[in-house]
Amino acid sequence: MSYQFRLYVTGRTARSLNAISNLQRLCEEVLAGEDCGVEVVDVLDAPERAEEDRILTTPTLVMEGAHPRRLTGDLSDEATVLRALGLTARREHDGNSGPTRERGNG
Amino acid sequence: MGEVERRARPVEKIATGIPGFDIVAEGGLPEERSTLIAGTAGSGKTLFSTQFLVEGIRGTGESGVFVTFEDTPESIRSNVLSLSWDIEQWEADGKWAFVDASPITSEDATVAGTFDLGALLARIRHAASKVGARRIVLDSLSALLTRMNDDIAMRAELQHVMTELKRDGMTIVFTGERPENYGPTTRHGIEEYIADNVIILRHVLVEERRRRTVEILKYRGTSHQNGEFPATIHDKGFLVVPLSAHELTQKSSTKRIQSGDETLDAMCGGGFFRDSIILVSGATGTGKTLMVTQFLDGGIQNGERCLLFAFEESREQLNRNALGWGYDFEKLEAEGALRIVTVYPHAYTLEDHLVRLKREIDEFEPDRVAIDSLSALERISTSRGFREFVTNLTAHIKRREVAGLFTSTAPTLAGGTSVTEKHISTITDTIILLRYIESGGKVLRGVTVLKMRGSWHEKEIREFTIDGEGMHIGEPFQHVTNLLIGPMRHLSEGEESLL
Repeated sequence: MSYQFRLYVTGRTARSLNAISNLQRLCEEVLAGEDCGVEVVDVLDAPERAEEDRILTTPTLVMEGAHPRRLTGDLSDEATVLRALGLTARREHDGNSGPTRERGNG
Repeated sequence: MGEVERRARPVEKIATGIPGFDIVAEGGLPEERSTLIAGTAGSGKTLFSTQFLVEGIRGTGESGVFVTFEDTPESIRSNVLSLSWDIEQWEADGKWAFVDASPITSEDATVAGTFDLGALLARIRHAASKVGARRIVLDSLSALLTRMNDDIAMRAELQHVMTELKRDGMTIVFTGERPENYGPTTRHGIEEYIADNVIILRHVLVEERRRRTVEILKYRGTSHQNGEFPATIHDKGFLVVPLSAHELTQKSSTKRIQSGDETLDAMCGGGFFRDSIILVSGATGTGKTLMVTQFLDGGIQNGERCLLFAFEESREQLNRNALGWGYDFEKLEAEGALRIVTVYPHAYTLEDHLVRLKREIDEFEPDRVAIDSLSALERISTSRGFREFVTNLTAHIKRREVAGLFTSTAPTLAGGTSVTEKHISTITDTIILLRYIESGGKVLRGVTVLKMRGSWHEKEIREFTIDGEGMHIGEPFQHVTNLLIGPMRHLSEGEESLL
């Protein structure tokens, strides 16, 4: 299966970096072996992209495809991330501990 | 600037261009500050803030950004088309930019960790730099707060967005929902803390009538007028009616004009003053409308343009009455010397009447204005609203050096003071009383000039009659006292000499 993600962040803050590493870990661990595409968009460099996608908060993760999903936050709340992306079953299958929780506040 | 560098700048204001508001706000909205417009549903928040951008574009040529959290840009564009605000054109001209932050219904936004409003700020800045905006509207912040469901985090984030935009030199207006007209300022109780200034729009039922008001609750570091001011929404947008104390300092003319009756002119010491307000008070049937007719005729005879607002009689009735006294209103209207506007008092709120009256005056540019009767309008308003109405209208008339004659219907046949008079007697320059006078088993009519500011005037009460040719003012009453005040009695010859 193919998963295409677009992650909107504001600058290179701790919160942005947390979100990026949490998303990378998701691809490597939960979606290991799948076609996982990640694009990081910094709204400071490309505000028009945020405008097109009507993004308000950062970080915001947009999952494209047949069942588009959006979630906001630094993706540290793993259970919520998996539930929102419909991936809860995958995590239960591999029994791994998943992404580490990082608590950055920007 | 002195030798010491000034770190704090006094608060400057920018004119909103919303009629009347800048008077109440003593100059406009504080520049490079944030102002909350709070109100219940239907109070006109979105209109007020939209107009803030519109007047910026039309007035000083300042561009604006509209951030919408609730309605789509399409619905905002079409909602204001009826006001002849062509947002699409301004967008094409690079004067107006939308930031569409309305909810995306197809996708559920889940929160998974900490977040900020970096994208919103980046989009606003992007839009602002695209059009070179100085004015920003966010409508409504309450809708955003409801959606994000994390008031504490949002408060800090919104504060950050406001600080950054102010640093960019933006003047910000944002709206907030109020659950009720009197009570907590906003739904979330956060909006007012983010704002430097708070303005409340109310839309309340008073004596079974809807009444709009504007109140400036907080203006950080600068002055404003206190209290609720009446407002209205008309076909040109939002409008505030200021209780214009400082508008009353008008220069007064010493030029005399004819009242339309030579004897009355003499009683006033040579006619009315050019820019004066004359109040004619009398019970029903005493001849107020006839005096109005003669006043208009007196102007027309001297080549003046006259405007009549009739709130009690239809055009047909007026024309018929005037014809009975030998005045052809229809012909005079056709010639352009006269314009008659008949309005049913209950057709509009008092604020709407005021807007319409002022507009008619501005368009027709009369030398004389008559209102028959002013007391018909008193019934559709609160007493404070009525006083504000008269103050405002009077100021408008005087500024144009127009003579205004208003009639007031006395509450009883024997006379007495109407509410109208109580409220406006200090505003009027001249007061003429028409009264029924019982004498020798007959009811006669009497007229007197009670007040004539800046001039000698006759103190006597004269008898007058009305016939097919109009009003005939005769000699002063003799041997009668207490005609106007208290029970009347006749004096014997002997008693009179004692007075």
